[in-house]
Amino acid sequence: MTELPLIGEAVAVAANAPGARKLAGAKIGVVTFPGTLDDRDAARAVRLAGATPVELWHAGTTLGDVDAVVIPGGFSYGDYLRAGAIARFAPLMSKIIDAANSEAKLPVLGICNGFQILTESHLLPGSMIKNDHLKFMCRDQVLRVENNTTAWTGDYAAGQEITVPLKNQDGQYIADEKTLDALEAEGRVVFRYVGFNPNGSRRDIAGISNAAGNVVGLMPHPEHAVEAGFGPELGSGTEGLGFFTSVLNKIVGDNK
Amino acid sequence: MTETPAVAAPAETARKFNIDTVENAAKTPDTELPWAELGLKQNEFDEVVKVLGRRPTGAELAMYSVMWSEHCSYKSSKNHLRQFGDKVTEEMKKDMLVGIGENAGVTNLGDGWAVTFKIESHNSPSFVEPYQGAATGIGGIVRDIISMGARPVAVMDPLRFGAIDHPDTARVMHGAVAGIGGYGNSLGLPNIGGEMVFDSVYQGNPLVNALAVGVMRHEDIRLANASGKGNKVVLFGARTGGDGIGGASVLASESFDDTKPSKRPAVQVGDPFAEKVLIECCLELFKGSLVEGIQDLGAAGISCATSELASNGDGGMEVELTSVLLRDPTLTPGEILMSESQERMMAVVTPENIAAFEAVMDKWAVEYSWLGEVTDTGRLIITWEGEVIVDVDPRTVAHDGPVYDRPYARPEWQDAVQADSFTGSVQDAGRPSAPAELAAAITELVASPNMCDKSWITKQYDRYVGGNTAMAFPDDAGVVRVDEETGLGVALATDANGRYTYLDPYHGAQLALAEAYRNVATSGAVPMAVSDCLNFGSPEDSDVMWQLAEAIRGLSDACMVLGIPVTGGNVSLYNQTGTTPIHPSPVVAVLGKFDDVARRTPSGWKEDGQAIYLLGTTAAELDGSEWSNMRGHLGGLPPKVDLDAERELGQILINASRDGMVDSAHDLSEGGLAAALVESSLRYGVGARIALQDVLDRDGVDLFTALFSETQGRAVVAVPRSEEIRFTDMCTARGFEHVRIGVVDAEGGTLEINGVETMNLDALREAHEATLPKYFG
Repeated sequence: MTELPLIGEAVAVAANAPGARKLAGAKIGVVTFPGTLDDRDAARAVRLAGATPVELWHAGTTLGDVDAVVIPGGFSYGDYLRAGAIARFAPLMSKIIDAANSEAKLPVLGICNGFQILTESHLLPGSMIKNDHLKFMCRDQVLRVENNTTAWTGDYAAGQEITVPLKNQDGQYIADEKTLDALEAEGRVVFRYVGFNPNGSRRDIAGISNAAGNVVGLMPHPEHAVEAGFGPELGSGTEGLGFFTSVLNKIVGDNK
Repeated sequence: MTETPAVAAPAETARKFNIDTVENAAKTPDTELPWAELGLKQNEFDEVVKVLGRRPTGAELAMYSVMWSEHCSYKSSKNHLRQFGDKVTEEMKKDMLVGIGENAGVTNLGDGWAVTFKIESHNSPSFVEPYQGAATGIGGIVRDIISMGARPVAVMDPLRFGAIDHPDTARVMHGAVAGIGGYGNSLGLPNIGGEMVFDSVYQGNPLVNALAVGVMRHEDIRLANASGKGNKVVLFGARTGGDGIGGASVLASESFDDTKPSKRPAVQVGDPFAEKVLIECCLELFKGSLVEGIQDLGAAGISCATSELASNGDGGMEVELTSVLLRDPTLTPGEILMSESQERMMAVVTPENIAAFEAVMDKWAVEYSWLGEVTDTGRLIITWEGEVIVDVDPRTVAHDGPVYDRPYARPEWQDAVQADSFTGSVQDAGRPSAPAELAAAITELVASPNMCDKSWITKQYDRYVGGNTAMAFPDDAGVVRVDEETGLGVALATDANGRYTYLDPYHGAQLALAEAYRNVATSGAVPMAVSDCLNFGSPEDSDVMWQLAEAIRGLSDACMVLGIPVTGGNVSLYNQTGTTPIHPSPVVAVLGKFDDVARRTPSGWKEDGQAIYLLGTTAAELDGSEWSNMRGHLGGLPPKVDLDAERELGQILINASRDGMVDSAHDLSEGGLAAALVESSLRYGVGARIALQDVLDRDGVDLFTALFSETQGRAVVAVPRSEEIRFTDMCTARGFEHVRIGVVDAEGGTLEINGVETMNLDALREAHEATLPKYFG
């Protein structure tokens, strides 16, 4: 028999590691808007990383005691008007914006539509427009981790290449040249597309962070690369799990 | 939170219409009614008058015309479809929780889980307006699944378009694929497979079929019936507008020609966001047990929902039509009853649950309006500001429509077609035989429109959302996990071959079933249930009617042999351009079960040195094949059907998967062994060294035939060295022919077949992948 990884055997590294109990105590909120699609997937990723996912409803007015927040992908409000443009005004978003900008610097991860919501909320600069080829695209995408010092990338090596699914219609990242230069200079380009730019994003940018590094947004989907056999066929299939273990280690480290 | 009005203010415009009340109809028996324009035939209109004992009101006429249309009433196929219910053994019924007749059939998966799936057509709308037609096709089938109480978990789309190089094909292709993606992706449903066939017979009538599958716990199964006198009837979701009015009667039951005006306004417009919210909202209603009965609004809209809910339940319902929330306040009562506006549901709620129901609606900002209540009068009464405009026995609308025993006869041309074998025909001249010719033929085959790589389409679909997709295109079946703890899951495949079915409808339909069954077994799943979408021409043509009758007979006979029941489906007739019908195209979906989806078998080779076996024997069967298609020939007899062999092959593949005896498996179908070898090589970019001499000697065929014949009941598998004896012992014990034809070669980057010039995988891939981008950008 060959040693192919069987589906469902993906073992959450962090959950079995020393200090697992502390990790399980960490609560990561997953926001659901009308039209959010990947919320259950993000919750699964949080669980597989060893933490406890907490459902957050867009109309809620409190974040409770969550230690971090994931804004998952989807088509909030149908992407009508502009992707993320309506979700940005949800009551919960103002709480998230305040917490992200506060002294405590709540870690926030925006994936796909979540990234679009973060740019609409001005937590991150720039914007996403329609893919340059004008079609929805779903593929296994190689990314390079350009900055491993953010709240969500600490478990990766700088320069490490990972494969995670990408699936979107409005994924072309744009910003003015001055902003792009500043992002590069400040090390805030966190992920870059490798080998193939799937949407025409400026400077192959797949994900960025705020200046403090607690807010990260990217178009590809790390939460779909957390279980072997249910994610990309390239690589181990679990190369997105590091996002979630990274933030856990950050939370546990901060609370030492 | 958005404020939503709970109840519509009575429309101020209501009085603008001359309301044709029941009272008025009784007084004015001679009023001319536009029954012909609404698609009714004279005898059908006479029947309506007879049933009512008076002329129908305008609103009643609207209801009968849509509900008695071919699309809604199955009037031409009903007599034949009965075979799906009749030819069923007790053994076949044991896992069937809900059978034909509901929105979708339900099958027991074990561990308290149930699965529901169904395939439907949205052909005519997709020709008129490809984007919206295809999009709302997804929307409609997904609502059928929700109506059963299930969470939808995946979709699939079998597509059949005109010639790849015809100027209109790109319009349909771009629109339909973008529509399926635009709608399905927005619902968070992974698209896990389907088909893409190009043939000029579909030029003026593409086939856009859509399959959805959902899962639920047994206790969550819901049925469409309105029971309990005094329970309230509520309409929720999108508002009712002018889109799709008469869609079912006018569009689906007529064929296109150039002399009639554009039917664009009859196509519905989809709002996937509204549907996604509706899914979550319904699941929350089910979780709280807040609805007694539920029905989605699809073809025939409120006419269908009210009459079906009422006739399936206690038989009575009273509804005030001015309470319906409208997008367009100028709609007449008849139009409101016929509107096919999407993303709407109707439910029956007990008075005690009203507040809880409204709370769920408010949470999801879904609009709703209370229309009326369930009664025990046996009458469906619809009022307009209190005046009765419909007073009917709902059964006469929903179930007792006309049934036709349409005349059918074997076409006069059938014998001549069957006598015209490809072998020896003009088109068969110069059959490849030299090594270089065979390599060129294989490359041409895998680059041909029907055999080429389909990722131009599938990469526009989200396959990952949900996190439970264990396998998807291009493997033989789509596989979705149902239970994250145990790995319990389902596999699905759809197949049809219009060319085979044209040559022999009885066996052609069986071949479609056999292939879907084989695909599911190849993935490692145990086939359990069937759903079919029967796409045919006009039933008023006795040739077409014969094709339909033969296909249904063939399919139902084959289901008996394979031991899997049909649990639901759809019939789509009048698929033709002018008087030219499409090839008869019964699209068959088979659902299978995995105890653990971790055991799924992909179609590609990975490990160097593994032994490659060909299971089954090969005969000279090129009639109807892709090779003959590429040479412009269609005649002769399709490949033989051997359902016992299919069962045996299925058992071998399922056991091999369960016991870890094979690492890859790929069924042989269109394009034969040549296509299978190339596809298994390109799947992971791992080649093979193949020698077919044993096959040629055993089966008495030449190398070309071994490669291009489409004999059924075959598969290629890759067996790890350590499992070879166990695997061959199993095949021998089961008396199933198997021969080692080669080894996996992970180093060479080539596909070597003795007697064929060595083919470089990169070159094969380039040829395989270039076709769709060449035509569609």
